[in-house]
Amino acid sequence: MNTLTGTVRLARLILRRDRVLLPLWVLLLGLIPLSYVASFNELFPTEAGRHGYFAASEHNAAFVALYGRLFGSSLGELVAWRAGFLPVAVGLLSILTVVRHTRTEEESGRRELLGSTVTGRHAGLAAALVTTFAATLALGAILAVGMIAQGLPAAGSWAFGMELTASGWVFAAVGGVAAQLTSSAGGARGIAIITLGAAYVLRVVGDISGIGDGTLAWLTWLTPFGWVQRMVPYGGDHWWPALLAALVSAVLAATAVLLSARRDVGAGLLPPRLGPASATPGLRSPLALAWRLHRGLLAGWLAGFAVLGVVLGYLAAGVGDLVRDNRQLNQVFANLGGASGLIDSYIASIMGLFGLIAGGYAIQATLRARVEETNGHAEPVLGTGVGRVAWLGGHLTFSLLGPAAVLAVAGAAVGLTHGLNTGDVGRELPRAVAGALVQLPAVWILSAVTIVMFGLLPRLAAVSWGALVICLLFGLVGSALGLDDRVLEVSPFTHLPKIPGGQVTVAPLIWLTAIAAALTAAGLTAFRRRDVPVT
Amino acid sequence: MTDAISVTGLVKTFGATRALDGLDLSVRTGEVHGFLGPNGAGKSTTIRILLGMMRADSGAARLLGGDPWADATTLHKQLAYVPGDVTLWPNLSGGEVIDMLGRMRGGLDKRRRADLLERFDLDPRKKGRAYSKGNRQKVALVAALASDVRLLLLDEPTSGLDPLMEEVFREAVREEQRRGDRTVLLSSHILSEVEALCDRLTIIRDGRAVESGTLADLRHLSRTTIQAELAAPADGLAQLPGVHDLHVEGGRVRFDVDADALDPALRHLTAVGVRSLVSRPPTLEELFLQHYDRTQRTAEVPR
Repeated sequence: MNTLTGTVRLARLILRRDRVLLPLWVLLLGLIPLSYVASFNELFPTEAGRHGYFAASEHNAAFVALYGRLFGSSLGELVAWRAGFLPVAVGLLSILTVVRHTRTEEESGRRELLGSTVTGRHAGLAAALVTTFAATLALGAILAVGMIAQGLPAAGSWAFGMELTASGWVFAAVGGVAAQLTSSAGGARGIAIITLGAAYVLRVVGDISGIGDGTLAWLTWLTPFGWVQRMVPYGGDHWWPALLAALVSAVLAATAVLLSARRDVGAGLLPPRLGPASATPGLRSPLALAWRLHRGLLAGWLAGFAVLGVVLGYLAAGVGDLVRDNRQLNQVFANLGGASGLIDSYIASIMGLFGLIAGGYAIQATLRARVEETNGHAEPVLGTGVGRVAWLGGHLTFSLLGPAAVLAVAGAAVGLTHGLNTGDVGRELPRAVAGALVQLPAVWILSAVTIVMFGLLPRLAAVSWGALVICLLFGLVGSALGLDDRVLEVSPFTHLPKIPGGQVTVAPLIWLTAIAAALTAAGLTAFRRRDVPVT
Repeated sequence: MTDAISVTGLVKTFGATRALDGLDLSVRTGEVHGFLGPNGAGKSTTIRILLGMMRADSGAARLLGGDPWADATTLHKQLAYVPGDVTLWPNLSGGEVIDMLGRMRGGLDKRRRADLLERFDLDPRKKGRAYSKGNRQKVALVAALASDVRLLLLDEPTSGLDPLMEEVFREAVREEQRRGDRTVLLSSHILSEVEALCDRLTIIRDGRAVESGTLADLRHLSRTTIQAELAAPADGLAQLPGVHDLHVEGGRVRFDVDADALDPALRHLTAVGVRSLVSRPPTLEELFLQHYDRTQRTAEVPR
């Protein structure tokens, strides 16, 4: 028996277990860009119109931060550029898939059960990698075929598909390596997602520097996201970045196999440490327990938001320079209020992005309560003198105040770095912090929706992520999709004032908060009335 | 004294499954009560209803004189619960979990904690993810046994413990028993454990209590196994009412006999002449098989 015996069978097991989830994200991400084609055709039917949009967008720092560099004005290039966030999404899902079928399996002990059958030592890892590689390849192919069907050039469409596939490959392999390092799945996911975040930040800094003075543009070459976007679908159709990505994936996968050969089943490379023999006096309440369970997550988000805030804040001043140097752009952005108006709208759009990302944290923190319930951790605690409201309240403290903390940190980081650049911290800091904190009521709506799901339909609690997906879709591509305003207003984020620069309207903040409070109360009531645990 | 637990006509359904189907259970204050049944009989569901985690569809349940659903948190300060499947937080050490759960119940006996850790041979410094199944069980047991409470609800507490540790557990429960004021509800499918520890027991099958009483009460319902060496062939033994599974090998006989048929059967033997006699009370295993192994029951009929 060699070390790969049983790989095919395990891959079939993965496909069986993920028969809904895997096709869902493969199809969804593969088909989203198709909608861009229609909306670009509708918005800019002429070559001249597209060129105008290109000229306005190629130096827009907020756009470049989100989607990457725009290199040309053909329909295909605009669509591929607009889909610039998808490689990150594909990378993230690849990580989650690989970790789910490697370290999670091992942590739960199922790997041991399978390992005792005729299954090779590396079969589990190989099956997870092969399945994810194949899934992202299918995703790329679906995308390419769809694009060709829309009448776009075949060569560019295949390059476009490969762009997503290559990103999926690299981060699937990153997930494979991370899964060998720690003995907990949460730790492995953390390591891999931090890597993904770092790759994204490097791409943002490199690209934004690239449209400015170019001193940091070389950073783009350090990140897989930079490589795949240099394939320039429909523009250059370069294939060497895909080769580079495939090579790196192979090296990472080989590294994962080597690491896995050096350790025991169930163990990580980083050794587990001993803890204290008795608890500190403070560990006596559900809130104290929640702090122990949430602090790592909170620290990670705080650090991520701080770094992203410093980077994006640092780049804000450069956004103004662009306009000053370029008369044509000056014209285009005159209606935005010139250079300072442009910086303000840049910061405001960053804050909108922070708000959406913080929404992800809010949902994740709320779902922690669900994880506690399904893991059997809730029962022993609820079997003591701790009431249900107090128990859930401990988690809700983090799902409601945690986003406040990370947004405040992000706002402060943007305000400080931008203020230091302009020499006016006193002006920029409060404006940026305010811009970040106005996101909170919308973020709380996402927490509250999750709480209601947890209380009423606990088995479907994870569906709450759908609320964030809707907000993301509406926020990032809603207007491009040509959706009706009344539909867009379903997303709480569309009601927020754009700060700094925009009109400060307090009313929506108040009623959004009121809705969130009412939903939270409803969720708590439902939770008090239902059975625990529902598994 | 009043009953620590009294349950009548409890019904709980999960979708189409009827987990509890009119369950009756009464546990007297100060006793160790065995709650015996095969997997899926409804033991854990009953305990979760007693803890106010689940609400019964119908029927009444009283726990320490209170309503388990409405007075959950007040009642929980007077009881300790060990779930059937103990999972620990991966990043909390065993010692931290013991202290935290104890404090949330309203207090922990420090000396008893140290004593139990020593006896169970448990390292409290290990993180939750590093414990084996048996050691996770020990963490929950130490947390429960070291708490100063009136009622212990133990859901299959020895699953995963090795025989040595099972003995430590039994000794610890006997200590509780000797105090006289503590009530223990011990759910189990391990018969010897219930036999060794419990004052009374309730047997549950398919969500109903099928038997309840002391061990002696239940043995009354069952058969005794007799092995004897006789002076002459025991003719007519097979025709006696209440004699089952008779095996004859020369002068040796072996048979099971119903409790109310024991006297005539023994008279029959002594009339023939007995050289040696072994009589054995039924083990709980045998009681259990009678109540749960429906296939064996039907298979017995043709004999």
